[in-house]
Amino acid sequence: MGAEIATSLPQPTLLSVRNLKTYFAQDEGTVKAVDGVSFDLYPGATLGIVGESGCGKSVTARSILRIVDRPGRIVEGEIKFRRPAGDGGAGGGQVVDLAKLAPNGLEMRAIRGAEIALIFQEPMSSFSPVHSVGSQIIEAILLHQQVSRRDARAMTIEMLRRVGVSSPEERVDQLSNQLSGGLRQRAMIAMALSCNPTLLIADEPTTALDVTTQTQILELMRQLQQEDGMAIMLITHDLGVVAEMATDVAVMYLGRVVEQAPVDAIFHAPRHPYTRALLRSIPRIRSRSNERLTPIAGSVPHPYDRPPGCPFHPRCADFIAGTCDRAAPSLRAVGDQHSVSCFLYE
Amino acid sequence: MLVYIGRRAVLAIFTVWAISVLSFAIIQLPPGDYVTSYIAQMAAMGSVVTDEEAQNLRIQYGLGQPMYVQYLKWVRLIAQGNFGMSMEWRRPVTEVIGERLWLTVVVSVAALILTWVLALPIGIYSAVRQYSVGDYLATFVGFIGLAVPNFLLALVLLYLGFVLFNAHIGGLFSVEFQDAPWSAARVWDLLKHLPIPALILGLAGTAQQIRIMRANLLDELRKPYVVTARSKGLSEARVIVKYPVRVALNPFASTIGYTLPYIVSGSIIVSLVLGLPTVGPLLLKALIAQDMFLAGTIVLLLGVMTVIGTLVSDVLLVWIDPRIRLEET
Repeated sequence: MGAEIATSLPQPTLLSVRNLKTYFAQDEGTVKAVDGVSFDLYPGATLGIVGESGCGKSVTARSILRIVDRPGRIVEGEIKFRRPAGDGGAGGGQVVDLAKLAPNGLEMRAIRGAEIALIFQEPMSSFSPVHSVGSQIIEAILLHQQVSRRDARAMTIEMLRRVGVSSPEERVDQLSNQLSGGLRQRAMIAMALSCNPTLLIADEPTTALDVTTQTQILELMRQLQQEDGMAIMLITHDLGVVAEMATDVAVMYLGRVVEQAPVDAIFHAPRHPYTRALLRSIPRIRSRSNERLTPIAGSVPHPYDRPPGCPFHPRCADFIAGTCDRAAPSLRAVGDQHSVSCFLYE
Repeated sequence: MLVYIGRRAVLAIFTVWAISVLSFAIIQLPPGDYVTSYIAQMAAMGSVVTDEEAQNLRIQYGLGQPMYVQYLKWVRLIAQGNFGMSMEWRRPVTEVIGERLWLTVVVSVAALILTWVLALPIGIYSAVRQYSVGDYLATFVGFIGLAVPNFLLALVLLYLGFVLFNAHIGGLFSVEFQDAPWSAARVWDLLKHLPIPALILGLAGTAQQIRIMRANLLDELRKPYVVTARSKGLSEARVIVKYPVRVALNPFASTIGYTLPYIVSGSIIVSLVLGLPTVGPLLLKALIAQDMFLAGTIVLLLGVMTVIGTLVSDVLLVWIDPRIRLEET
């Protein structure tokens, strides 16, 4: 099964998403939640995916894991993922196109949770309310590793200790509602990292936490990344978090990546009008108190009513009549590892 | 855990006591007593009961004494395993109820099990495959099951059984086993007769539980913990059964308590139609005749069944949802 979908990927790319389209066919019409997303992720790097609510960030993440809820479906594109080689890697360094795997097939399930792990926003309800936290982590370990239940339990306790849960021997048997939000998110990270994934997808991991806890969790993720060397795909709408964590940034708007670049280029030399507008809209500590924020004009269009051409053109300051409303631009390189999808650069 | 069950058990004993008072009171509520209705019965048959005779009857049955004395007498007898005499049948209550009680339990439990066995998988299917053909079919059949009265279904099945197969599907035993002593053959005969009454009695409950399971599971299916389980790489069937179904089971378990007595008391008409030798029809007759000891015993037994059912569902609930135990302590 693996052989026929095995493809090639330029070294050293870990994940390469090309022209991914995930649509939700509904009675009212088709929602094109992800409409031609492309980006690359390198081993050990942190890619920040930024965008407003509803731009398709989470659906992109779920498409990679192949856990998009019905009626969502990947209609086009490829998700090439390099499976880890060496002792831990069942895939032996092979590159597979996740978009072509059966969502609940053996190979996808062997990758999901073991090689690509997910943590997400709701620490309050991301653990089952009726199973102990530990049993849910042990389950993940037993599923992907050939160890005894006793060893899995010891590994779970050790993992909880690593993520900074105090007295993990007791916590392991507690229910999630006995833990605070911060502890739950730590336990969630412990579960995600329990099988040493090469890619961790963090979907708004700190959005529901208070600021202090937020910093601690980000710090923990960075520390674990240094120790284990996994790549992180960090989905957020918080540019501050991106500046702090990411090595590369992909900016999404209405289901498309409009700009991808190393983090410095995004913050210091943004090219796409949307990226620029986004940066202008965040408050600065050094700004004068009477300076007003510059919001992005207009609002995100209704998902059933996508504008023709470049989806951003109705709100764009650099709108070129007759061009931007006719055709959609494609992502093209404008510099080293810097690509933009805009007619200004074509 | 043991503390929790212990506390529940103590509460259950108090509840049984309260039920005994209530069932005694309910029996006493209607105007007149057994003797009054006996006199009326005799009068209808053309014979006259004199005041003196009536008075003697009242003393014989202890009917003239104050209410609490009658109650205490009744309770003391029950404690000795003596549920009193059935005035209507002129035999001990235990003898009158006897086998019927066990048959009732057998039929009720069979109906309950059938309800679960049908409702659980169908409800899960309906939720997981929401708006599929199968879901619509289950919904359609379910609403018909809710809307059709049990006794009507019983009549229809009786008629169809007679017309199509020339078979009598009523009763719990074939004629030759009707009054035979218990034997393996008689048990087998009972098992053969059980499915149809169990199906008829369980149908409304099944339809209801399918809807409950479907609604609960739909609520749970979109919860983040299901995404967590899925993102671990568990198979879809395992994800569904281990996580959201477990949470959605809660109302299933908590309804056992009143499902048992509901099946007994709700089955009176069905039992009459199908000629089932259960306590339902007996209760009806006893109430009409104001056969106080018999009716009181049956009401008491129904109450005790409710309490036992509730206790069972409490214990099940703690197993299903450990949060309940935490709230208690």
